Amino acid sequence: MPHTPTAWSTASRGAPSRFDLIALLLVVGLLAFFAEGSRGVLAPLTTLDASPVSLDPHHLPLYVARTTLRMLAALALSLLFTFTYATWAAKSHRAGRILVPLLDMLQSVPILGFISVTVVFFLSLAPGRVLGAEFAAVFAIFTSQAWNMAFSFYQSLRTVPAELTEAARSFRLSAWARFWRLEVPFGMPALIWNMMMSMSGGWFFVVASEAISVGSTTVTLPGVGSYISLAIAHKDLHAVGWAIGAMLAVILLYDQLLFRPLVAWADRFRFEQDPGDLPPRSWVLDALTGSRMVARFLRQLRHAGRAIGAAIRTTGPVVARLEAPQNARRLDRIATGVVATVLLLAVWQAAEFLAPELGWSDIGTTVGLGTITAVRVFLLIALASAVWVPVGVYVGLRPNVARVVQPIAQFMAAFPANLLFPVAVFGIISWKLNPDIWLSPLMILGTQWYILFNVIAGASAIPSEMRHVGNNFHVTGWLWWKRIALPAVFPFYVTGALTASGGSWNAAIVAEVASWGEERVKAHGLGRYIADATAAGDFHRIVLGVVTMSLYVLLINRLLWRPLYYYAERKFRMS
Amino acid sequence: MNANLKPSADGVPLLDVVHARKSFPRGDGAELLVLEDVSLTVQPGEIVGLLGRSGSGKSTLLRLIAGLSKPAGGEVRYLGTPVRGPAEGIAMVFQSFALFPWLTVYENVALGLEALKVPRDEIRRRSLAAIDLIGLDGFESAYPRELSGGMRQRVGFARALVVQPNLLLMDEPFSALDVLTAETLRTDFLDLWSDGRMPIKGVILVTHNIEEAVQMCDRVLVFATNPGRIVSTIEVALPRPRNRLDPAFAALVESIYVEMTAKPGRGAALRVERAAGAGIDMILARVSSNLISGLIETIAAPPFSGKADLPEIASELQLEIDDLFPVAETLQMLRLADVEGGDLRLTPEAIFFADSSVDERKRLFARHLLAYVPLAAHIRRVLDERTSHAAPKSRFLDELEDHMSPEAAEQSLRALVSWARYAEIFAYDDETGSFSLENPT
Repeated sequence: MPHTPTAWSTASRGAPSRFDLIALLLVVGLLAFFAEGSRGVLAPLTTLDASPVSLDPHHLPLYVARTTLRMLAALALSLLFTFTYATWAAKSHRAGRILVPLLDMLQSVPILGFISVTVVFFLSLAPGRVLGAEFAAVFAIFTSQAWNMAFSFYQSLRTVPAELTEAARSFRLSAWARFWRLEVPFGMPALIWNMMMSMSGGWFFVVASEAISVGSTTVTLPGVGSYISLAIAHKDLHAVGWAIGAMLAVILLYDQLLFRPLVAWADRFRFEQDPGDLPPRSWVLDALTGSRMVARFLRQLRHAGRAIGAAIRTTGPVVARLEAPQNARRLDRIATGVVATVLLLAVWQAAEFLAPELGWSDIGTTVGLGTITAVRVFLLIALASAVWVPVGVYVGLRPNVARVVQPIAQFMAAFPANLLFPVAVFGIISWKLNPDIWLSPLMILGTQWYILFNVIAGASAIPSEMRHVGNNFHVTGWLWWKRIALPAVFPFYVTGALTASGGSWNAAIVAEVASWGEERVKAHGLGRYIADATAAGDFHRIVLGVVTMSLYVLLINRLLWRPLYYYAERKFRMS
Repeated sequence: MNANLKPSADGVPLLDVVHARKSFPRGDGAELLVLEDVSLTVQPGEIVGLLGRSGSGKSTLLRLIAGLSKPAGGEVRYLGTPVRGPAEGIAMVFQSFALFPWLTVYENVALGLEALKVPRDEIRRRSLAAIDLIGLDGFESAYPRELSGGMRQRVGFARALVVQPNLLLMDEPFSALDVLTAETLRTDFLDLWSDGRMPIKGVILVTHNIEEAVQMCDRVLVFATNPGRIVSTIEVALPRPRNRLDPAFAALVESIYVEMTAKPGRGAALRVERAAGAGIDMILARVSSNLISGLIETIAAPPFSGKADLPEIASELQLEIDDLFPVAETLQMLRLADVEGGDLRLTPEAIFFADSSVDERKRLFARHLLAYVPLAAHIRRVLDERTSHAAPKSRFLDELEDHMSPEAAEQSLRALVSWARYAEIFAYDDETGSFSLENPT
């Protein structure tokens, strides 16, 4: 995009450049991808049975396109959700008091729980068409992507410097212009980082969301996830290998084509005003910004944006209405009352639904199984911490190593646990191992990396002066870890462990039951309880299991991670 | 006075603030008054200064005028019409510059015009003209992070001027800059003003720097704290350009110091705050014991020998009034100094303090703390009476909050903790938030 007035006048003239060529290729490729990927979405459901997913690797590119498109659609939905929900929560004090805890609750509901409960509803939206199943799959992926993005944007909105807001208001920017010119740019770097995390997290659930089976309803959408589940059912190791390769390729592709340009572009939105390190670069962004055609297109886009802004612009008073405190308090009380009533009604409804089918013993069972899963999650987090904290500190203190390790870890985070089922099942059966122990590593397969990411970030943020103090006073060995490294990374570690813990609970539904062909290996735990109930189509037990799991996650967050987080913020946060 | 501008013929002032009040709701439902019954008028061609310490409501007043917040009582009128929301014709320059880091210099400047729906050609012409005027030529495509503080604030000025405001509001625009840069920017601004090359008709400048106020303003309104209010108005009739070394300039600065440190009863700033409470409801300023002993030592030694002129100390020690007044106030409260008529005179105890060893100093400080700071005596008494010799911080915080805002209570307690630690009259553990008589081992 042109920055100077002089660039404007020259950008639209002259012959096409090589950047134009690259940009053109990119655009054509993108269009082909969307056209190919979205073909068949409107076809009737029966076509899925007519042309079932095949393990022939030649079909894989199409499956990859379908899956990626689904994930991008979910990402777009998540963005829409983020911009509306988080903005509402941040702008309205009263709404925020309900929306923020609600988001917290949504975050702790196991994602696979959403699928089982909502699939019937979505199928009914477009009866007899593939579209309904697509809705269900996209929604499932959406639920794995949206919450952390919304939280990140909410945090950004709450921390926009007051003087910037005042400047925008005193120069009479409308609320619409303020949102796009101040608040979105300010939140952009954090939001993009969370979008990348979300994409990684989404892969984990692609398998479950494409091969939907609840009781007797079974829908298999063409995609990488279905391919993987078919490969597992057929014990086809070659196909598993192809799937891994395809995933790696597509992850590299969207990293290059989507996220790297976004990161490079969003670098200008960093708020720190000091000239920092080398800015991130991206060849795609260079090609796009270098292209005159794109520049012209963007200018048109900006005109359109301005026209929308002019249409939407509010003419009302810009000063927020100040309510009398008594009045505000009364409204608050009414709002609290309404929420409490709705909550009570919901609980009563759930009890009505569950009570005839389930007894106290069922609740006892789920709570007991939840405890088993909880123990498993804690032990795994402890184990992963023991491994990844030292590694993360080592890597974080060496920027060169970090540059290599970060993308690898990002790929590992995207790696669906199902792909390791063959190894797990084969090992457990042939050595007669205890599944309660040896299935557990699958739970933390994808989530342990959050600990690594965060510790790396923490270690690289240690001021060099502090490190020099360590050298200067010959602080080495255990004393160095105890007094310098561990306290410095602790706040970051807590954030990572919190995410990893939540993710592991989610993964339990996939990881506590592993299958390879006909062979099934099962561990005890709440995840398996939900998986079994889903397979049996027992909605009462699905709901009970999901509710119990949500409560466990919520309680552990409230009683353990949240206090730990505040403690870390208070005691160890530098600056 | 701006050469081009005369008071308008019809006599309508540029800005009129009538009996403005501002308060914020407190947690317990009561109201915290931050601005009490303020009235002021700005005529075309005037630079009006709002001078006072932090917390005196001058920035709050500026935001009322800018239409960024609404008065709880009274009215702000711009060209005779009440201000409701940010008015066209009033622009603001911010202390922290408040530039959008993701926009270039040009885009930052053009932003205000885009919001006004000015045609694109005109935006370009006017933005470039404003950039040119303020001396930013050649920096159009630079991002704020590439600029020094002084250049950033120039962008802030250009952005404000480009919308051709009648009234320019400046919120401590030079206080985030180093002394030299601030001075350059001030004189550049005054040159443009005197030559009438800026579109503005009037300026309101918020500052806590007395010399800056005298250098720039035609009229200075002195603010006092708790609650914020105007205590006096000082006309500055010195010819421009003004010279800080001019005896008349120095005399005026001195007289403002006198005004701000006058005895109670004469609408004074300094004494009023200290007299606000004779009990534990006295708000304590966070002044380190280091600064207290440093100031005593400096004033006890020649050339001051026990008595000093506040403006002199301020320039000698490079202290702004926001730093100097709280120390002076604290010394006075501890009966280590008398402040009157712009002078600070050490008491005999303070002279003795200056000549003492560390241990003697601590003993003297402890004696004064317990004798003259009711809160110190109160906490010590409570600790003595309890068999555990310990008490939680929340106990005293609750007590203080009956008399002051939670922030002021927290600040007072923090101030006292640091003095008590120096005097070794009791201990405080921040982890557990408890006071005790034990010394850490």
